[in-house]
Parts: sequence; C-alpha cells; structure tokens
Amino acid sequence: MTTQLVKPERFFLEKFGLTERHLERGLGAALGAQIDYADLYFEYRISEALSLEEGMIKRASKNISQGAGVRALAGEKTGYAFSDEISVQNLELAGSRAKAVAERAGAGISPPVKVGGSPRHDLYPVRVQPIEIPVEKKIDLLQRIDAIARKEDPRIVQVMGSFASEYKIVLVATSAGVMIGDIQPLSRLNITCIAQEGDNRQMGTCGGGGRAEFEFFLEDGRFERYAKEAARLAIVNLSAADAPAGTTDVVLGPGWPGVLLHEAIGHGLEGDFNRKKTSAFTDRIGQRVASELVTVVDDGTIPSRRGSLNMDDEGTPTGRTVLIDRGILQGYLQDRLNARLMGMKPTGNGRRESYAYQPMPRMTNTFMLAGDSTPEEIIASVKRGLYAVTFGGGQVDITSGKFVFSASEAYLIENGKITRPVKGATLIGHGPEVLTRVSMVGDDLKLDEGIGTCGKDGQLVPVGVGLPTIKIEGLTVGGTEGLNKAESFLQ
Amino acid sequence: MISQDIAEAVLREAKRKGSTEADLALVENELVTVQVRLGEVETIRSAREVGLGLRLFFGKRSATSSTSDLSKESLARLVEDTSVLAKVTAHDEFSGLPSVGECARSFPELHLYDSDGEALPVKERIARAKEAEAAALAYDPRITNSEGADFASNLYRIIYGSSHGFLGEYRGSTFSLAVTPIALFNGAMQRDYWYSYARKLSKLESAEAIGRRAAERTIRRLGGRKIHTQEVPVVFDPETAASLMRILCSAVSGPSLYRGASFLIDRLGDRIAPEIVSVYDDGTIPGYLGSKPFDGEGLPTRRNAVLENGVLRSYLLDTYSARKLKLAPTGNAARGVGDVPTVGPTNFFLQAGQYDPAEIIRSVDSGLYVTELIGPGVNLVTGDYSRGAVGFWIEKGELAYPVEEITVAGNLKEMLLGIEMVGNDLTFRNSVVAPTLKIRRMTVAGH
Repeated sequence: MTTQLVKPERFFLEKFGLTERHLERGLGAALGAQIDYADLYFEYRISEALSLEEGMIKRASKNISQGAGVRALAGEKTGYAFSDEISVQNLELAGSRAKAVAERAGAGISPPVKVGGSPRHDLYPVRVQPIEIPVEKKIDLLQRIDAIARKEDPRIVQVMGSFASEYKIVLVATSAGVMIGDIQPLSRLNITCIAQEGDNRQMGTCGGGGRAEFEFFLEDGRFERYAKEAARLAIVNLSAADAPAGTTDVVLGPGWPGVLLHEAIGHGLEGDFNRKKTSAFTDRIGQRVASELVTVVDDGTIPSRRGSLNMDDEGTPTGRTVLIDRGILQGYLQDRLNARLMGMKPTGNGRRESYAYQPMPRMTNTFMLAGDSTPEEIIASVKRGLYAVTFGGGQVDITSGKFVFSASEAYLIENGKITRPVKGATLIGHGPEVLTRVSMVGDDLKLDEGIGTCGKDGQLVPVGVGLPTIKIEGLTVGGTEGLNKAESFLQ
Repeated sequence: MISQDIAEAVLREAKRKGSTEADLALVENELVTVQVRLGEVETIRSAREVGLGLRLFFGKRSATSSTSDLSKESLARLVEDTSVLAKVTAHDEFSGLPSVGECARSFPELHLYDSDGEALPVKERIARAKEAEAAALAYDPRITNSEGADFASNLYRIIYGSSHGFLGEYRGSTFSLAVTPIALFNGAMQRDYWYSYARKLSKLESAEAIGRRAAERTIRRLGGRKIHTQEVPVVFDPETAASLMRILCSAVSGPSLYRGASFLIDRLGDRIAPEIVSVYDDGTIPGYLGSKPFDGEGLPTRRNAVLENGVLRSYLLDTYSARKLKLAPTGNAARGVGDVPTVGPTNFFLQAGQYDPAEIIRSVDSGLYVTELIGPGVNLVTGDYSRGAVGFWIEKGELAYPVEEITVAGNLKEMLLGIEMVGNDLTFRNSVVAPTLKIRRMTVAGH
C-alpha cells in the first residue's frame, strides 16, 4: 500500500463501493424538518503492537477496525448511530435511527455533498507510515533498548518495551455540504524498567512518540535516551525516602509536568461543561484565574505532535486557542454542537475515540508559554520544598475544580538546593485557584515526549502537554512522611 | 452477525496456513445508551458491533490480531497477516493453549441473559432516566443542575473456539441507570452520583431510589473543608473499598507477578492481612455481573480463595502465567477482541464481616471516612499508595463535616495488614466489590 497517495474520500468510496449519492442518502436519512445538522464519519484504522519482556519479543498483534457513525443534531439533542459494516443500507438505517431521537416527523432532504475538501494544515507529511516499516526493524529497536537499559546498571532486573503504531484514515461528510478527510499516523515507544536491590524493587518508565516517521525514534539518540531514562528512574527510586505530607512550595520541572494544566485548567474549559454550567470555570471568562506570569494555550497545529491534528473529527481545522492570557481567562475549547449552543465558533477541538462515539470537546496540545526566570533561579529561590520532574498522570473533578496529579520522580529542595530523592506522591489542588500561586515561570518551555492519552466519558484520545519550569507557592503533597517532619514544611 | 461457522472456518484457515494451535473469540454487542439532562433527551446512541480476536501459534511462537470486518476476504487476510507476525516473535517455551483435558466439558446455566429486558422500548428507557433525574432534582432546592442521567444496556454474545476442538458460546446482558446531580451552595458546586448495574432489568434499583441516593450523596458534600495533615484511622465506604480490591486484583494477577511488577510476588502461603480478611474470586455465581461459564481460554470458571483468613492462597492465572509461575491456571483468562489475552477477575470480593457500617464509624474518635478517590497514585511494584480523597471527617464516632482537597497515603502491604474492621454491607452491585473497611492508620495530608 502506497499510503502517501491515498486520498481519504477516494479510499472510502472505492473500498466500500459508495458514491457521493450514497453519502447524500445517508445524510438525507438523518436530516429532517427539525434537524439542524447531520454528519457522517468514516474511519479505517490499522494498528500494530510489539512488546518485549524478559529479553524476548513475546507479543505481536495487529488490529483492524472500520466503521461509520451518523449523527443528527437538533437543538441540544443528539442522535448517534454507528455500524462496523460500511454500506449504503447501514448508513440509511443509522441515519434514520439518529434522526428519530430528535424528532418524530419530517421528510429527509438530501443535501449536496461535494468531494475534494482537504484540511488547511499538513502537519504530519510522512513518506512511509511507521506501520509499514518491516516488523524486523521494530524488533531490532526493542532488543537494542533491552540491551541499553540492562547495561545501565546491574540492578535493572526487568525491561519491558513496547512499540505501537497506527494508521488511521477518516472522512467527514456534513449536511453543510462539506466532505473532508485526513490520514493520521501515530506511533509510540514505551519502556519500563524494574530495578532491584535486596527486597527493594522500584520501577521507572519513559517513552515518546508522535505523528511522525519511524526514523523519529532513531534520530537524536531518542530511543537510547528513553532506555537510559527508564533505567535511571528505577535506580533513583531505589534510594528515595518517603515523600513529605502537607502543604509546601513545589517546583515543577519542564515538559510532562504540564499534566497540571491539563487537569487543573484544560478539562474545566471544555465547552460542554461550560454550556451545561457544570464546570468550576463556568461564567468566569475575563476573570483572573492565574498570576500574570501565566499564559496557557491549546494548540493542535504543532507539526508531528501526538496531540496535533490537521482537522478535528468534525472536519474543523485545528487551531491555537488562548485559554489564559497573562492570568485572565480567555476562552473555551469547542466542538460544533457546544459552540453553536453557546453562540461561539468551533475551535477545532471536536474529537472522538472512534466511529463508535460521537465527538465532544477535547484538548490537543496544552501548554504554558515560557517566562523569564532560569530554572536555576527558580530552584535557588525555594528554602524548603519539593522538586517534581516526572509524573504518572492525573484526574480532575470538573465541577468542584479539585484535581490531582501524581509524581513518579521527585526531590526535596533544601536551602535552594536539590538534595535527596523522595518517593512519588499525589499533589492535590483547586483548578481555578492553583495558578494564582505561580510565582516564577522558567524560560525553558518543553513539550512532553509524546506519551499522553486522555480519557473522558470512557473515550480515549492522544494528547500533548507542555510546561516551563514553574514555582507554585503552597501545594498539598500527599506523602507519608511523619507529621513532625512535615510540619517543618509549613511556611 | 457472528456464528460458530465463522469460528470454525477461521480455525480451518489457520490450520491450512500451518499454525500448530489457534484460538479465537467472536464478540457481538448490541448497545443502546440514552442520556437525558434537565428533563430533556440529550443523546441516544445505538449500535450493533462485532469483532473477532485471533491467536495463532507456530510451535512456541505466537501472535494475536483482531478485526471488526468479518467478511471472508478480510478474515483470510487476517490469518495470513497474523501468521507472518507470529513467525517473528520469540520462541517462548511457556506459550501455547491449555490442554484439552483442562477445558470446560459442560456449561452451567448461569442466568446471564435477560430475555424479559431485551426488548425494553427506547421510550421506556427515556422515561426511567427522566424519572431518576427528576427524583434527584426534587430532593433539595440546593440541587440546581445536573450532568444528566444515563440508561445503558448491552446485549452480548461470545463465542470461543480453539484448534483443540473446544467450541463454546454464551449470551449475557447488562443494564445500568446512573444519575449525576449538581448542588450549589455559597458559590461552590459539588457533584456526586449513584448508579445501579445488573444483568436483569428487574434487579435494577428503582429510578427514584437511584435519583434520591445521588442527590443525598451530592448534598452532603457541600461545604467541604480542608484539614490539617495527620495520621489517623481511615474508613473506606464500599465504593472506595472496591477500588482497593481492584488494586489487589492487579497485584495478584499472573502477568504482574511473573514480570516482578507486584508487591505480592513470592507471598503465597504468607499472612498478608488479619484473620478477618477473606477475598474470593468466583465466576460461578448465577446471575452475578462477573460470572461466566468458561474463561477466555475455554477453562471452566471456579471459586478461588485468594485470601483466606488473611493468608494469601491463590493468584489469578491464565495458562501462560500459570506455566511461568509453575502453578495451575485458575480460570481467569480474559479475552477482549482488540486486546492481547490477559488475566482478569470474575466476581472478586472481600467477604462481608460482622460490623454494621455505623458501628465502624462509631469506633473512630478522630479519622477520615472516604467516599471518593481520584488520581492514579498507586505503585503496584512497591505498594506505595497516595491518592486524592473526598469524604467526611469523623469526630467522636460521628460524621462531622465534609472534607476535600486532601490526600490519603500509605503502603498497600501495611494497609492490608492494618484492616481492623470489616463491614456487613457487601452487595454485588459490580463485579469487583467490598464492604466498608477500616484501616488502622494512614497519612492524611491537607494544610
């Protein structure tokens, strides 16, 4: 398959023997007198995963999924039906089922569908899809990683590596007469090491990826770095003491700790929660929610990033949305439905896990812009605190605004210096308020390595985050270190 | 539509391609979800989906694959692609199917399917969701908004077949109704939820009861405070105690153990909890949510004593992890269509104890009652545990006030040993469940 020549609309029309007229019939079935909007979403996805443990390639898998979803919108109502058999009968059946939700009567009007729209962006022009790279090359990569990680330290007793790649073709046809498609490559390399010293066992994980060619992993020594980093993390944690418990100043390192923004700010600014007024950020546009050092954007247009897309899953071009400008709340992330109901414009954030789900507002790459301080100045400014550099993940209660994120590599800062490693701990805060206590922002903005997956209402989508080194005054750290010691942390 | 004929045809094709062993799962789901919000229908989602998950062995090499396209050509290509992939994986002496003798020979009737509920009209589903939400909204004037109510159902059919000649099939159904109300007081919003989940429509809690319970849980969270950092006894309600069971379940799963990624490796026969703690995994209980006649490799499900009076008696194993650990499989092979075969629980539960939940709370002079946990915060390798928590502060044996923006932390090894009281309030409202539990001491971090 020479994928670079595939045009999404031709792919679906030829593979399933459909014509523009068939699409019109599907949309026509979904449309009725009271229907505001209808769309068809086609998806074909091939994925492949290889995994190594105990020095062997133990698992190899290949998955193929294909299907179409039909959606009808009327006011706040959505009808959604999908089928994994793409045929004109199923499109019509799904269309009429979707329509039935929103109204009981009304004749379908066939809208004209035109072929040939293409997204405004071309963010991931790969010559060879990673999934088409011979499997032997990927196996060789995983075996080299195993050797590198084990060579790092004799205490590394287990290395688990996986390489996953997918190739997804999507096509959206709407009752507004738009037909637009995209080809979306995605791959990810993941490495976990376990280190053992006596009875003490610790884990370290590192990885990366994006919408790029296979060579991405070989360039700039990336795979070696991931392997060494996973091993280093496991080894560092062998000597980690209990984390402090209580409220203290926290310095977050650059890159993946941006998961803070994803949880504390991002979800609460998704259009659906704000239309329903169920977000802690409801009706707060124009208000101060962060210190003036803080500007946060969601940008789906950064080339080759895991969270980037040429268009969202409703065919809207992705964009750059300023969420917070110098501390002031600016805007929401929107899909079509919520934008229309709120009288706003779609922002290119309507995403879905697959054809089995209707789209909803989701983040792309969410990050804070760089400031003026150097990371060294920031650490030197902290008398006692926590320096957290690697995180597992996080979660937020959108309504109360309380969020958590869990560190997997952290150190104590004592008198302006990084001293001992401490065990991972959960950090907890209040979304609309935590960024008001950001007192320093570094000049070292970094995006994460390309490993993030976000879950919302049971739908998983790839995302990115980014952060410069920042200092937050007073964040609750959920360690176990005894009260007396922790009290010395209170400032 | 899936069928045993498709299963047999694919197994024949696999043999023709030279595979020495093969197995597959065919799954069909008929899903309907109705969402209402503020009394109006918001979404109706409906679909029938099918999938096939295939595993081929060439000697001791293997690969897996899946597809949602069950056309003849697509399946032939899948067998071909899987064969190519299998040949590049490593020779692994522990790989392979279970022996014929281990497979289930008869299938018990477990009453997993509700033929009365199968035809419930959409109108009726909408009505139930509306009724549940309305009950929540009417409960208290401080309930001002709602994330809505969902009524969802899945009617499914599973066929599993292997080159050993095993071919089995069963049907199942699930129904659920959930409500998430929102309360507003003094400018701060809180949400909570309640749900009911069952195999039979008639076993669902009434819409009104679900709505009222959801509202009551939401209202009681209003006015949450942060507390000072301290070490105290912690009481987990059944929902949060169930989350501890899910972690225990991962820690006793074969793949975590042979990879050395569990804090419970090499602990069979050891006391890891006090005598009052017994945990079972039982896939044979008729009508329960985690029950099934055979596992993802055709082995009969059974009752496994995981912890008996505090002693670790059994891990949860599929054929591969059992061979790796030199143990016998426990009927816990889990097989999803798109996922690599692994290990999963059936009905995994901590057996009810003797205490009324109110008695457990009364036993605490100063401590935390946890009703919700958020965030990852669990390190399965070390047992380190640190999660965001929501709940109530216990003062002199009474729930005094709601607390939020705090964390609870400890180590799972000590937490298991620290279980002091077990509630009598076990209900099988999900497949992994526990009654109220009191843990002697954990670190609660706040101010």
